[in-house]
Amino acid sequence: MPSDIIRYFREEMLPHIWCPGCGNGIVLRDIAVALERLNLPRDKVVIVSGIGCSSRAATYLDFDTVHTTHGRALPFATGIKMAKPDLHVFVIMGDGDASAIGGNHLIHACRRNIDLTAIVFNNSIYGMTGGQYSPLTAMGKKATTAPYGMFEPSFDICRVAEASGATFVGRSTTYHNQLLIRLIVEGAENKGFSLIEAVTHCPTSYGRRNKLPAPSDMVRWQKENAVLINKIRDGAAQLKEGQFTIGVLHRHEATEFTEAYMEVVRRARKQ
Amino acid sequence: MRKPIEIRLMQGNEACAQAALDAGVRFFAGYPITPSTEIAEWMARELPALGGKFIQMEDEIASISAVIGASLTGAKAMTATSGPGFSLMQENIGYACMIEIPCLIVNVQRGGPSTGRPTAPAQGDVMQSRWGTHGDHPAIVITPWSVDETYYLTVKAVNLAERFRTPVILLLDEVIAHLREDVRKPDPRKLKLLERPRPSRDRNRFRPFGGALDEVPPIADIGMGYRCNYTGLVHDEAGHPSNSPEVTDQLIRRLVGKVEARREEIVHWEETFMEDAQVVVLAYGCSARSAMRAVKTARTQGLRAGMIRPTTLWPFPDKAVEKAAAMGLPVLVPEMNLGQIVLEVERLAAGRVPVKRLSRVDGQLFTPDEILAALKEGF
Ligand SMILES: Cc1ncc(C[n+]2csc(CCOP(=O)(O)OP(=O)(O)O)c2C)c(N)n1
Ligand code: SF4
Ligand SMILES: [Mg+2]
Repeated sequence: MPSDIIRYFREEMLPHIWCPGCGNGIVLRDIAVALERLNLPRDKVVIVSGIGCSSRAATYLDFDTVHTTHGRALPFATGIKMAKPDLHVFVIMGDGDASAIGGNHLIHACRRNIDLTAIVFNNSIYGMTGGQYSPLTAMGKKATTAPYGMFEPSFDICRVAEASGATFVGRSTTYHNQLLIRLIVEGAENKGFSLIEAVTHCPTSYGRRNKLPAPSDMVRWQKENAVLINKIRDGAAQLKEGQFTIGVLHRHEATEFTEAYMEVVRRARKQ
Repeated sequence: MRKPIEIRLMQGNEACAQAALDAGVRFFAGYPITPSTEIAEWMARELPALGGKFIQMEDEIASISAVIGASLTGAKAMTATSGPGFSLMQENIGYACMIEIPCLIVNVQRGGPSTGRPTAPAQGDVMQSRWGTHGDHPAIVITPWSVDETYYLTVKAVNLAERFRTPVILLLDEVIAHLREDVRKPDPRKLKLLERPRPSRDRNRFRPFGGALDEVPPIADIGMGYRCNYTGLVHDEAGHPSNSPEVTDQLIRRLVGKVEARREEIVHWEETFMEDAQVVVLAYGCSARSAMRAVKTARTQGLRAGMIRPTTLWPFPDKAVEKAAAMGLPVLVPEMNLGQIVLEVERLAAGRVPVKRLSRVDGQLFTPDEILAALKEGF
């Protein structure tokens, strides 16, 4: 158990705003542990977030932090990274933030393969506004705006990222938090756009309505339904209805965006 | 050797782009839209060799976001757009006001609402440039009447954004943006350029959102080691979110106050023939060109007309109208909208002198004759 991550927190900002039993604190802790392992120069780390319960995570971390507007964290981060490519830019978003209002920005950040490490806190719901459905809410699940059950098909945000050009895509859960830490570290080390989906639990706005009233029920659900991608690839396991894969789901090599821009600079200077 | 002033034939959009570069802008993010696109094209060509950054984003919301992001790192940053894109930017213009981040937003006005008439001039965004984003907030909005003035006011806009740590809007008219005219282009090394106030204090005592109601606090660039928090939530002097009524009140009053308290540094207008005037025309941007011709013709016909031409629309040049009203002069306000700046003139005239509006919303410029006729018709 790492002991020293408290130095990465703004202690004067605590206690946090999250409900008792919320999974966001686990993901935030895992981000801090990953930052400790990465051991990046403190002043070269920037944390950008959108709007939602999860996005408040940025404000607790003692780095340069930018809590932006709903859905727009990625274009803000794009401007920061492009203006100063030596910065290590982490982007914290909620599932609604990243896939609904910010969905277009997500696919274009992936397409550009800009060197950002995006962490999506997926609690399958709009937590902050009290439990409306998001594009990641599974069919049939209840939300305040889907009182008879979710009737829209949902996205698999990892597949969206992969199809859009992200060079590193991984998923883990608040139960599988050691894996989550490793994915954040590997994502940050990838020179290009990395997306890490952190499946987390929102007892207040999701669990209560979906027969998982206790936080422990929700974490147990994660344990029972997350299957390591390697087990599927090896044929050691098969995905059952409602289950999902975790691990490094995709990676490939491609030119990073700010490096591609340096080539533009070279061409412009030759003329 | 470089001449101190070089006369160059330029298009309004080109003059704006070149002035921004000369004023130190090194980051541009935008999305193509008529009639502003030439600014993006100029930047795409010129910025890379200058070590600057150009990016075409996926929409205008992303563009203004990237601009604010770049400015957070200390870069002078801008975008350029027109009506529909300007509407999309509004939420994050408010964010820039709230976190006090300098940037330049050029809005080349076209006919609206909605898609309107992309290639026709209009002056319909005057109120939007003041109140487009929600909540009480500061606004600095500048509008030129010629290509030459576009160059100088763009430099001024970049400077004011830095000086006041706030977004500045340059409202261009479609006809000025696309007009080609001589520009007296100075040696850029001779321009007086301003930089945002930066901290010299130790990190623990640094208050990026602190100070008295008229203060512009210093701001650290991301990466400088100050580890600041920026949030669109109401925040205290250190940048921490707050629900305190006192903190809220102080923040909103200071955001507006820092600009209002220093109006004199910002507000500018030009007066012509005011010494002996019997009537006044108050006009801005392209409408002021027709108005100036009308005023001169009126004088040849025995009507002693004067003219007030604001280059700053917000804050509005209250004193100019106060003075005319005190002199008892009726004011004619020709605008290419159904009456926006005239509301300010009426407010300041406060019934002391007649104020008459003249509107065109057909995508055509005022002719000097119709302004002259309105003057002669009386008030
Ligand atoms: C432009 C805009 N629209 C709507 C909102 C209201 N809003 C705040 S957070 C949120 C959804 C949050 O859901 P998610 O992104 O999943 O984050 P979570 O709270 O679940 O962590 C919404 C709709 C807003 N702040 N801004
Ligand atoms: S509403 Fe849900 S996501 Fe938000 S703090 Fe409460 S438990 Fe966490
Ligand atoms: Mg959510």
